[in-house]
Amino acid sequence: MKMKIKNGKLSPYTKNSIISYGIVIIAFVVVTVLNSMGAVSSSLQGQLVPICAYIIMAVSLNLVVGISGELSLGHAGFMSAGAFMGIVVSGMLESSGLPDGVRLAAAVICGAILAGILGFLIGIPVLRLRGDYLAIVTLAFGEIIKNIMNIVYAGVDSNGFHLRTNPDLGLEESGRMLLNGPMGATAVQRISTFTAGFILVLITLFIVQNIMNSRQGRAIMACRDNRIAAESIGLNVMRYKLMAFTVSAALAGMGGALFGLNYSTLLPIKFNFNTSVLILVFVVLGGLGNIWGSIIAATVLTILPEALRQFADYRMLAYAIVLILVMIFTYSPKIKMFTQGLREKVFKGKNKTPEPETEGGV
Amino acid sequence: MIFLTNLINGLSLGSVYAIIALGYTMVYGISKMLNFAHGDVIMVGAYISFCATSYLNLPAWVSVILAMIVCTALGILIEGLAYRPLRGTGSLAVLITAIGVSYFLQNAALIIWGSAPKVFTSVFSGFGSSISLFGGELTVTWEALFTLVAAIIIMIGMTLFTGRTKVGKAMRAVSEDNGAAQLMGINVNSTISMTFAIGSALAAIAGVLLCSSYPALMPTTGAMPGIKAFTAAVFGGIGSIPGAMLGGILIGVIEIFGRAYISSELSDAIVFGVLIIVLLVKPTGLLGKKITEKV
Repeated sequence: MKMKIKNGKLSPYTKNSIISYGIVIIAFVVVTVLNSMGAVSSSLQGQLVPICAYIIMAVSLNLVVGISGELSLGHAGFMSAGAFMGIVVSGMLESSGLPDGVRLAAAVICGAILAGILGFLIGIPVLRLRGDYLAIVTLAFGEIIKNIMNIVYAGVDSNGFHLRTNPDLGLEESGRMLLNGPMGATAVQRISTFTAGFILVLITLFIVQNIMNSRQGRAIMACRDNRIAAESIGLNVMRYKLMAFTVSAALAGMGGALFGLNYSTLLPIKFNFNTSVLILVFVVLGGLGNIWGSIIAATVLTILPEALRQFADYRMLAYAIVLILVMIFTYSPKIKMFTQGLREKVFKGKNKTPEPETEGGV
Repeated sequence: MIFLTNLINGLSLGSVYAIIALGYTMVYGISKMLNFAHGDVIMVGAYISFCATSYLNLPAWVSVILAMIVCTALGILIEGLAYRPLRGTGSLAVLITAIGVSYFLQNAALIIWGSAPKVFTSVFSGFGSSISLFGGELTVTWEALFTLVAAIIIMIGMTLFTGRTKVGKAMRAVSEDNGAAQLMGINVNSTISMTFAIGSALAAIAGVLLCSSYPALMPTTGAMPGIKAFTAAVFGGIGSIPGAMLGGILIGVIEIFGRAYISSELSDAIVFGVLIIVLLVKPTGLLGKKITEKV
């Protein structure tokens, strides 16, 4: 991607970030207006917060996969850490009488901090590896986080907070279980709102776009494009990759907390390999390094299974076929050549066709 | 004696992982893609064998051959329809397509066979339940024994096949340098198809063996063994055939021992923890080749 500002035109960067913010703000306004008119179906209403959470997950994963160029298959692990941390924090503050918004903010911040710390600790060993070996280790860490969440029991009573690896917490009668091992969290107060989700999406966009457009971001992309060249001009590759990984994990924790506090029950198994893969699908389908692409892909693919409801049992089958076809149609070299040829025929004589825009390296 | 029983169970589970990992590693070696649909081919193989024995009352060995034929065809079909159009476009695009294929197979199985688990009758049930050794102190199931034997035969067979036969040599050539192999007159397309065919046939065998030992058969049966076998392939050094065998067996043994001696809930975490430690010490797996980067 070029950074030049040509003849007063906007640089592609600024253009991309304006598109991203624009999409999110317009979508929020439209949905809010429609909602006040009662034109939003209840099934879509229930999906608004998950959509926001998945957008945050996709944009944050794009920072690792698209911008930093490392395949991560364990993003759901960070989401899980954030979600359960958020639930614990919110549960502990339940009796304090703080307003929901403040509790949600505290939950989201704690979730982000825990996931960020985990991301930093995991990033140190993981980022020493390359390519598919790196991918498999992120997968392994994601599975380990899921496994550990399966044996964690936590509760709160007047003596304070209890954390064990067996169900016998010795709580007082007035105490409350927060995490219940493989049963996950139950009777969670649902304090996530669409507005909160919207604000968190904006915060995520702000952080990621600013990183991309900063000295650090350019260094991260330089390490992705050519590691050896980047090292030879004195960039500390490990440091920049670790930075991207940690920020991405922290944002994932934020999205996780938002997601977790939207359901009254949440099982640790929800954040398995399939969820990691789902988020990766958003990123690749939206285009690597393309932030607004991730936003749209996350939204469309979250709504799609619901929209395909008329196919009843066949809807996930239809989803799979759509996914395969979209991948073939966007990436196949033969079809690319065909559409390019078609475009040249259509625009023949008028003006030269512009080179098709290429996204960040695969 | 409990130790020996665990060891045999571990070796048997590891053999299944090794056979699946072999398919992963061959496909990775030749087309540099992570074929996440491989785990689901296992499931299809097991269902075919189940249908052949339960509905058509065919003998067990016929059902295994039938499963292999169907999976071979399925493997060639998947490669031709979903992966071939994307060849040479970078591994991520193909990875997502593979995930799409995996969703497709799982959901197709869900529609055809339903979500309720089917009870798979062991293909070795004709031999009786188990054999007793040391005056009944050690019992070994026929399934465990035959799984081990099958893995050894397959390992020897694959080593001979890739080392001695023309097709096997072509496969190695294509995986080493696609372009140069083509210049030498090797038909790259049919070689890659052949690799998928063999990998899928092995997956069918693995599916039957897996479900003979762990009889609950569901559309998601293949998912976790698929991930474990993928881990095993990386563990041994992805792209290396002896590495896949070694990795598979080690993963199986570690899993069973972890479950028996440390914690049954954390057995997966232990497997993945060992994998991480091994990769940190040896970043290209146990038997993987060290790749030197050219500037």
